[in-house]
Amino acid sequence: MNGRKRLTNIPNWRVYVSRSYTPGLKILANTKISKKRQLPMKGNVHLKIGDKVKSNEIVASTELPGNVQMLNVANKLNIEPENVPECMLIELDESISKGQIIAESKGIFGMFKNQLKSPIDGTLANVSEITGQAILAEPPVPVEVDAYTSGTITAVEEEEGVTIETEGVLVQGILGIGGENRGVLKVVTASPNDELTAEVINESHKGMILLGGAFLNMDTFRHAKKMGVAGIVSGGFDYTDLSKILGYSLGVAITGSEKIGPSLIITEGFGKIGMAERTYALLSANEGKFASINGSTQIRAGVIRPEILIPDELNHGECNDFKEADLAISEGSLIRVIRAPYFGRVGKVKSLPPELMKMESETMVRVAEIEFEDGSNEVIPRANLEMILT
Amino acid sequence: MELEELSGRKLLDGENIISPTQGETGVDIYISTSSAGGGLQMMVGGVVKSMTGESAQRAALGAGAIVMDVLASNDGRLYHEKVQRIRQLRPDMILLSGGVDGGTVTHVVELAEVLEAANPKPRLGMNYKLPVIYAGNKNAREPIKERLGEITDLMTVDNIRPTLEEENLQPSRDKIHDLFMEHVMAQAPGYKKLMGWTDAPIMPTPGAVGEIIKKIAEAENISVVGVDIGGATTDVFSVFQRQFNRTVSANLGMSYSVCNVLAESGFDNVARWVPFNMDKTDLTNRIGNKMIRPTTIPQSLEALIIEQAIAREALRLSFEQHKEFAVHLKGVQTERTISDAFEQTSSGETLVNLMELDMLVGSGGVLSHAPRRHQAARMLIDAFLPEGITQLAVDSIFMMPQLGILSTIHPKAAVEVFEKDCLIRLGTCIAPVGKGKSDQVLLHYEISLPDERITGDLKLGELKLIPAPFEPLQAKFTPGKGIDIGAGKNEVLETKVYGGVVGILLDGRGRQPFVLSDENENRVALLNEWSKETDEYPQLESLRV
Repeated sequence: MNGRKRLTNIPNWRVYVSRSYTPGLKILANTKISKKRQLPMKGNVHLKIGDKVKSNEIVASTELPGNVQMLNVANKLNIEPENVPECMLIELDESISKGQIIAESKGIFGMFKNQLKSPIDGTLANVSEITGQAILAEPPVPVEVDAYTSGTITAVEEEEGVTIETEGVLVQGILGIGGENRGVLKVVTASPNDELTAEVINESHKGMILLGGAFLNMDTFRHAKKMGVAGIVSGGFDYTDLSKILGYSLGVAITGSEKIGPSLIITEGFGKIGMAERTYALLSANEGKFASINGSTQIRAGVIRPEILIPDELNHGECNDFKEADLAISEGSLIRVIRAPYFGRVGKVKSLPPELMKMESETMVRVAEIEFEDGSNEVIPRANLEMILT
Repeated sequence: MELEELSGRKLLDGENIISPTQGETGVDIYISTSSAGGGLQMMVGGVVKSMTGESAQRAALGAGAIVMDVLASNDGRLYHEKVQRIRQLRPDMILLSGGVDGGTVTHVVELAEVLEAANPKPRLGMNYKLPVIYAGNKNAREPIKERLGEITDLMTVDNIRPTLEEENLQPSRDKIHDLFMEHVMAQAPGYKKLMGWTDAPIMPTPGAVGEIIKKIAEAENISVVGVDIGGATTDVFSVFQRQFNRTVSANLGMSYSVCNVLAESGFDNVARWVPFNMDKTDLTNRIGNKMIRPTTIPQSLEALIIEQAIAREALRLSFEQHKEFAVHLKGVQTERTISDAFEQTSSGETLVNLMELDMLVGSGGVLSHAPRRHQAARMLIDAFLPEGITQLAVDSIFMMPQLGILSTIHPKAAVEVFEKDCLIRLGTCIAPVGKGKSDQVLLHYEISLPDERITGDLKLGELKLIPAPFEPLQAKFTPGKGIDIGAGKNEVLETKVYGGVVGILLDGRGRQPFVLSDENENRVALLNEWSKETDEYPQLESLRV
């Protein structure tokens, strides 16, 4: 209870608070990118450390167990469960085909026998003398994991997956829907503050990843889907439109498995919000390059942000990797406000006062004094700021 | 190290915690809870969903788990759908129950066969077998072992429901705790190091909160409801008639799952608590932005009011779920006499009786860190609608989990710290129950404060606050015609009530029914009036201008 009070008594308190860690999204022009590609269950890894891969190359594969069907043999043949095993005409793990007779009752004096046909192609997985059921398994479902990005294999987890490393552009969004897609990046708005509209999207954009600006509405998304667009990156989108695309209200931000057509990534948030200049500029500068996009998002423990990744194999220069310290807000840092009432505005940290301050909501918080681009100053909770990495 | 700075006491010798204490250094014991990896995620199974299925669910929830799904013979799903579901969910462990001892074995074996066909894999780590606890009909142990012994890490404990009339949850709960330590936590990084430090077993955080709630109810012989509202989930704990229940509403929270609160309650139910008009698209986008930027703080009063409106709905919905779950055992055969026909507690009836409730304890950021304690009191009252006389409190700094573990080692110390340092006593809610008419006096009250005696009438629709300290205050309540304040309809109640940092809240807004006006202007006016009376948002006036 008195912890907060005591902290302020520490003489060099200022040392502790002159920096504030509020990680922002990664918007990196030239960085080392490491991607783990894992199977959902154990299987075969097809490559080894040092191998070069293309984005669509299969790196590992496995077989998921096929669907099962349970047949109540006892009921169907009108016999006791304990008699089921002896009435089965096939052995465990034996292949069966649809329509094949798989069980037969003994009948009376060898007559009036009841027979049971298999409803599926597959194998006999189990027979129970207690429940009188037979479990039939459909053939296994093959699953393949591709590389997602071009690069070099740097680690192999036997039977489980690989790690691929590459260098290039990495831009994270705040929320996405739809899983992985690939395509050539195309800029279709004139500025980060323009709205992406249906008129500018046509058949030539099929298979491409489109860079929009501040917003797109439901009609634009539908039109893009019709044109076969692979992905869209936008500043904002309406929450109600998102619900319409998904067919349900997104209650928890865990996405990636939806089958919606183009992957959609929003970089700023819900509503009409201009895309951060830096994000827009970086992506625009890479127009025409082949990019991988992944809308998968998980805003919960083990956070996953949606991303656009543009590998650049020709780059052999120094990578500008960010360090933990780069994510610390200090005086002079470029920041963006991530909550109303100044949501989306960009400014510079003028000072980081050590004292807790009372907001209009009467919440006592640690704050930063921000000078906005128009010269105005405001005091804002540090928790409502996001660092812009430069 | 930060703790050393704060306490001014040397606690560490290099990287090791000094224990036991040596003079002015070290600690007596070191304890820890864990919610690593999103907590313990379980799947449970039972033959009849509302009987053994529910008992298994109660055991898992009581142990601090999130129950991802309840498999049952009668859950309406086809076999292959169950198999698919198990494969898809990948729980941390499974609790399988079913059948009373000596009863039929077929159904529970059938469930085991579903598990066998699914051949489930654990959520974390590919290299160990999924732990399965069997707590069903003892006659089915052998066939269950034949089916699951090889492919899973099968353990057997006493039947969770040895007879229809009896529920035996403790052996299953103990086994869940053991397996949580051995398997689930063992996958978490740093686990071994932590194990070496702790003097008591590490418990799942919500399981530990349940422990302290149980101890308090036991020590004071009272009925308690505790709620912990977090970013993703809301846990509700209750002890009524000495029976403990816990529910977790996995997707009702204030940040990560805040949009789900909106989806489940609906826009109108959230908006009904907001004392101004709002645009629907703007509100949904704002709430959406809170979900994707979960660590942000309401800077403006408007944002705070919206968050507290959502909190009311998250709490209300979680409590609804709790009421449905905290019930008398279902399927119990009872012999009835003529007198029982007039007053009977049937099987499956909720244990939650708000008139019986003595204390409501809130925890979680939105309640514990509300800028004004008055706001916390209002949120608790509006969401839970306590009846009669109910003490209100909030957990000051989320100390309950630690006290929960402490209570397993040193119950007296845990209860004392809980009373003195953990709880912030908000005061008491006095809410008369019964249908009243407009302007009717629901209650005449006389309360003796330390230096004055306060008397007055509480009319239907009124909400009043009497500032009063946390000490026993003599009070007399005379209910209006047809109204009950706790002693029965029309019965006068003389008792002692406690104030607190907020005071005594007299709630005449009605119970059974509690109705908020559908008419927008009228509702906004009433919300403003109640807010003013209870000192909830003193700046609200400026917002409207």
